[in-house]
Amino acid sequence: MSTSSGTPESWISSFCSLLGHEYFAEVSEEFIEDDFNLTGLQTQVAMYKEALEMILDVEPEDDEDEEEEEDEEEDESIEGGDNRMRQGERRNHSRIASDLSVIESSAEMLYGLIHQRFICSRAGIQQMSEKYELGHFGICPRSNCEQARTLPVGLSDIPGEDTVKLFCPSCLDVYVPPNSRFQTVDGAFFGRTFGALFLLTFPEYDLTKRGADVLAGTRVTEDDKDMLNGMYICNIAPGLGASKIYQPRIYGFRVSEVARSGPPEDEDDASMNLNGRPIRRLRARRKQGQGGQNGSPMTAEQNGVESEL
Amino acid sequence: MDEFASESDSDYTSYWRDWVRWSCPSTDRDAPTRENPNANGPLQFISSRGNEYFCEIDEDYLTDRFNLTGLNTEVQYYQYALDLITDVFDLDCDDDMRETIEKSARHLYGLIHARYVVTTRGLAKMLDKYKKADFGKCPRVFCHSHPLLPMGQTDVPNQKPVKLYCVRCEDVYNPKSSRHAAIDGAYFGTSFHNIMFQVYPALVPPKSSERYIPRVYGFRVHSSAALIRWQNIQRTDMLRRLRKLEVESGFKGDQGDENLDEEDEEEDDIDVEGDTNVVG
Repeated sequence: MSTSSGTPESWISSFCSLLGHEYFAEVSEEFIEDDFNLTGLQTQVAMYKEALEMILDVEPEDDEDEEEEEDEEEDESIEGGDNRMRQGERRNHSRIASDLSVIESSAEMLYGLIHQRFICSRAGIQQMSEKYELGHFGICPRSNCEQARTLPVGLSDIPGEDTVKLFCPSCLDVYVPPNSRFQTVDGAFFGRTFGALFLLTFPEYDLTKRGADVLAGTRVTEDDKDMLNGMYICNIAPGLGASKIYQPRIYGFRVSEVARSGPPEDEDDASMNLNGRPIRRLRARRKQGQGGQNGSPMTAEQNGVESEL
Repeated sequence: MDEFASESDSDYTSYWRDWVRWSCPSTDRDAPTRENPNANGPLQFISSRGNEYFCEIDEDYLTDRFNLTGLNTEVQYYQYALDLITDVFDLDCDDDMRETIEKSARHLYGLIHARYVVTTRGLAKMLDKYKKADFGKCPRVFCHSHPLLPMGQTDVPNQKPVKLYCVRCEDVYNPKSSRHAAIDGAYFGTSFHNIMFQVYPALVPPKSSERYIPRVYGFRVHSSAALIRWQNIQRTDMLRRLRKLEVESGFKGDQGDENLDEEDEEEDDIDVEGDTNVVG
């Protein structure tokens, strides 16, 4: 780390304070400095060494333009080397203006990949839980989830495939972040594992509580402490279930699942539909024509299903 | 419609037409002529931002008293409010009174709107807006930005704000913007979006069983995997029922079952008991 007496922002904290980077945790330097944590990243990131140096702020002359102030401060602290450093800096700028942007982008990529690993570590997931408690990751847009807090996840661990998504533990679904500034954040920087691991690590969060109650530090109460498969029962998809699934209705009547406009998920509809006369007729006709229908995957499948039953 | 407006082009008409025009950006009528703008006008105009969800109600519909049956008990100053909507308002009153009437007029317009959008013409207008995704797009990742429709969770006014319905996942979402969240859901009603897809069944997109499976280092998480398994069973059952009735399931290629079977086999690898009672 730099020895400057001022308090210039480190690369990491300036990266995390950028617009659209609100979801990121600040990876601790100990984590990055441990080579074991970086295993295999050399092959994934171009200019790996330079990028790593940039993240750790170890070679100030490699820093981007906006951190020149920091450079100068450090230059002064290096006795005798001032002149040389300035020359070096000038040379640096004339030589590799384009290189800097390459390094900058690969530093972001490298940081993201380290971040993906970091937030699954003990320190990282703790940091993310603090952010979660503060509601940094937004709320579920689904109406029946009643503003449950979401978690940032990726749909792939490979960078460049998809942007960051929000995982709602209440309905176990993923959503596009409401603000377009997150469309530039790679989902791989959070990874597929984090969302599920978070819930397993912190089962005591009461997921049924709304985003507004977050600051009260709501946890599962003693009454509900029945565990099932590592989760509290009240925390298993609290946003789903009979009364939490939208039932389409027209003038108060449920839309039948045989309607063209789509089957609802309510199983009670089966009995209702079977009472209809037109349906009986359909079934009768089907029995007559059973032999005659050929080539339809539907009938073939149906036979299989019946024998299975 | 234009004739109607021109013969009653008083100082007061402009406000209402502005509001409607603004709320229905698709309309191709000419800009209003505001020779003597009312002091209240701009303020109202700004405060009515967020009315993109409304469509413009035909004058014919508004002037047919049959369509307004029962609304006179719902709205204060009903007659004045209606006059304001139909651009024949000519009462000389102070600003407070006028504001009250304008508020009533907006409420009345919303209530008429709820009735209008289930008519043939109303559906067609809303369909245009739907196709342009004026109501926003589904935030769910696997719906791939499918357009939404506005809906109410109750037909009684002043109860619940407007929600957005995605026909692809058949789920209900909160509007992104807070100014939309302030609109009364009763201005669209509980039936409109379902009637839309009964009237235009071709609009119903193919369903997909694509979904998110929570994983830790590639392994499914027990509790959610059990839930997913239970949900898949429910879906398979439903597909069987539909198949028995010879109804198209609406799932992509109508081969949902084959995919499901594969999934089931895959899931057998993890030998666990389903805990269906939790989620029922």
